Amino acid sequence: MSLSGTNQTNSELFTLTYGALVTQLCKDYENDEEVNKQLDKMGYNIGVRLIEDFLARSSIGRCQDFRETADVIAKVAFKMYLGITPSVTNWSPGGDEFSLILENNPLADFVELPDNHSTLIYSNLLCGVLRGALEMVQMAVDVKFAQDSLRGDNVTEIRMKFIKRIEENIPAGEE
Amino acid sequence: MTVHNLYIFDRNGSCLFYNEWNRKKQAGISTDEEFKLMYGMLFSIRSFVSKMSPQDMKDGFLSFQTSKYRLHYYETASGLKFVMNTDLSVSNARDTLQHIYSNLYVDLVVKNPLVPSCQPLDSELFGTRLDSFIRSLPYYSPTLPDPFWFWSWF
Repeated sequence: MSLSGTNQTNSELFTLTYGALVTQLCKDYENDEEVNKQLDKMGYNIGVRLIEDFLARSSIGRCQDFRETADVIAKVAFKMYLGITPSVTNWSPGGDEFSLILENNPLADFVELPDNHSTLIYSNLLCGVLRGALEMVQMAVDVKFAQDSLRGDNVTEIRMKFIKRIEENIPAGEE
Repeated sequence: MTVHNLYIFDRNGSCLFYNEWNRKKQAGISTDEEFKLMYGMLFSIRSFVSKMSPQDMKDGFLSFQTSKYRLHYYETASGLKFVMNTDLSVSNARDTLQHIYSNLYVDLVVKNPLVPSCQPLDSELFGTRLDSFIRSLPYYSPTLPDPFWFWSWF
């Protein structure tokens, strides 16, 4: 899934494929909530694999803190896979929460949400991807869309909240 | 100059892959036990190294050597561990292990959706490609006596 900005045809194919996926899910499930959930789940499964590709290609090591994580996500990962660089803002005082502001959302390039899908979080796959990828580097993070330009907001905002560090398993028989 | 064997462990400590090339002496325990023993030791070394280090470390544990062999260790941020034993003439195999991760493991295992994660690998393609990569390493082949040694007489 390499979607560098240099390869436009490739990224349009991705956008359209994603659109077809969402369309099909909307047909398969009656309510938007369920579609959101499925998208998140698929994203998670992609994320846990995508992180390995990311680490191998970027040769970035472990992040020291959540701020560094935010920078890597926005400046390296989004750039590498979607060809955009969201801005990182709205840090919580404790430094455990921030927002990614997407000027334009490449997943939703050609999309207009019909009125009967007001609760559909169209790009919810991204949340799953972020959650799955970060879980593999031992960070439990809560990810959700706080604003979505598809639903009339000015910008698209993904809110990320650090929950905890996932401790490493001690091998059986070791103390 | 030679490569003895290679282990790949996942983040939970199960051995995903093992292969050996020039290993003259076996451990005398079951492979399962050997993997557990190996992982337990690596786990202890990692925590030992991080506690004993007088400074903050970037990479942590890299390798150790005995009188007969050297163990090279590479761990990814996602917790995959690549362990390779070679003889003492191989001073640094970090690039090799990194290559195995990013060019072989990620491409042939992670990107293959039919390979379940966190289970021992039975991907034949990965096995053969890794084998030929290891065999192509400049330090793979055991040192043989120089067949033209007698030229030095003249």
